[in-house]
Amino acid sequence: MDATRVFALLLRQTYLIRGSVSRIIPLFIWVAIDIVLWGFMTKYLNTVTAAGFNFVPVLLGAVLMWDFFTRVMQGVTMAFFEDVWSRNFLNIFASPLSIGEYLAGLVVSSIMTSSVGLLIMLALATAVFGLSFFSYGSALVPFLLVLFTFGIALGIIGCSVVLRLGPSAEWFIWPIPALLSPFAGVFYPISTLPLWMQVIARLLPPSYVFEGMRAIVLGRPFHVSSLAAGAVLSIAAVFVACATFTRVYRHAVHTGLIARYSAESVS
Amino acid sequence: MSILSVKNLRKTYGDTVAVDGVSFDVAPREVVGLLGPNGAGKTTTINMILGVLEPTAGSIAIDGRSLASDRRAALSRTNFAAVYAPLPGNLTVEQNLRFFGMLYGVRQLGARIDAVIRQFDLERFRNVKCGVLSSGEQTRVSVAKAMLNEPRLLLLDEPTASLDPATADDVRGRIKEFTAGGDGGVLWTSHNMYEVESVCDRVMFLSHGRVLLEGNPKTLPGEHGKGTLEELFIAVAREPLTLER
Repeated sequence: MDATRVFALLLRQTYLIRGSVSRIIPLFIWVAIDIVLWGFMTKYLNTVTAAGFNFVPVLLGAVLMWDFFTRVMQGVTMAFFEDVWSRNFLNIFASPLSIGEYLAGLVVSSIMTSSVGLLIMLALATAVFGLSFFSYGSALVPFLLVLFTFGIALGIIGCSVVLRLGPSAEWFIWPIPALLSPFAGVFYPISTLPLWMQVIARLLPPSYVFEGMRAIVLGRPFHVSSLAAGAVLSIAAVFVACATFTRVYRHAVHTGLIARYSAESVS
Repeated sequence: MSILSVKNLRKTYGDTVAVDGVSFDVAPREVVGLLGPNGAGKTTTINMILGVLEPTAGSIAIDGRSLASDRRAALSRTNFAAVYAPLPGNLTVEQNLRFFGMLYGVRQLGARIDAVIRQFDLERFRNVKCGVLSSGEQTRVSVAKAMLNEPRLLLLDEPTASLDPATADDVRGRIKEFTAGGDGGVLWTSHNMYEVESVCDRVMFLSHGRVLLEGNPKTLPGEHGKGTLEELFIAVAREPLTLER
């Protein structure tokens, strides 16, 4: 893997973002709105429920982490969509860039964009609503890493779907986080769900993250092995996602779709 | 050794044969014209050489590197400009050149960008987004990008299609300089037979995915009873069976 080629994709994304208000604002506006909305909701809930229970870390912390996961996924897909929107596949894939370098470039671009969202969320949640996120210290890192890894995997899967089905399939990608959130137990324990939903939840790494975070915040026993299961699942998801993208790319090269991508299909 | 060696290249889509056993070479300092009517298989052939379309059969080697087994090395020695592959319009000329220069692993990239910007008279557009340039200016940027890595093999698919005669002549001059000044080779497609005659050392006429005729563009028409290359082209397009090799 050539670091310069990976960095080229990050640099391209930086050029695009710094020159466009419509790319800068979405980096933080939706996460900021979410934090403000849920911040006031948790404040209100704290006033109407039994004294002693603090909703801020339970709900606002969960929103922050879910939004981080969403931003990571969208960071990957947004960098990919830049090539879709500018019809750049022929220029990109006729260059010496390998698929591994291309995917690594999307991931690095996502790290840049999702970090901005995370910092804004942390600043708002801490300064305005008193979320003491940093009080958990380095214990938080593994939780964030599992969400990050699964966000990357889902982002690459999303890119595969759009590469296979054409630019109009973009709309499939945006609702994926909303579709997963009921199963991931972001706001409630997985045991609340009916059995069939619990089975799906157990296949999703974020469910282990939110179960674990809830246990820590509420002072209940937390099993590291549970988070480890989530980590293994998320790493497996990255491998599956990369294999899927590679397979879809090879199909596109075999059929000629790369060269005629705007046609959406070569049949 | 050939810069480009194509052997028995074939591409089929189901029962449709797009390219049917095409073989040819491009030698160092040679400009080869790939000619033929629309749908003859020129762009399909170029796409296979660029690695964005998998051949059904046959082999491609660029500067001795097999495209199938050593893709990166083969494509590092290649570059292309095509009228249907403009550079991203939301990046400036310099940003595009930097981005693609990094993808192609160009050394001393800053100096090389300055050189191609000078060479293609793009200084005043350096910080202008490619999307707001005229089609002729965009073509010049695409050709500048194609020259950025000083490729051994340059693929040009109708590079002067949207240029005015003066600018087209200028671009042709740069391509001639490219082959005269180094040991690279060029595969060129064009529908402008005047241009082909003035630039190409050798031409190949494709028809229905096969090489129908091959030879010196100045003498080939006479060899087939035609007065000009344009007349020969029309004959290839309308009566290919009368010209079968």
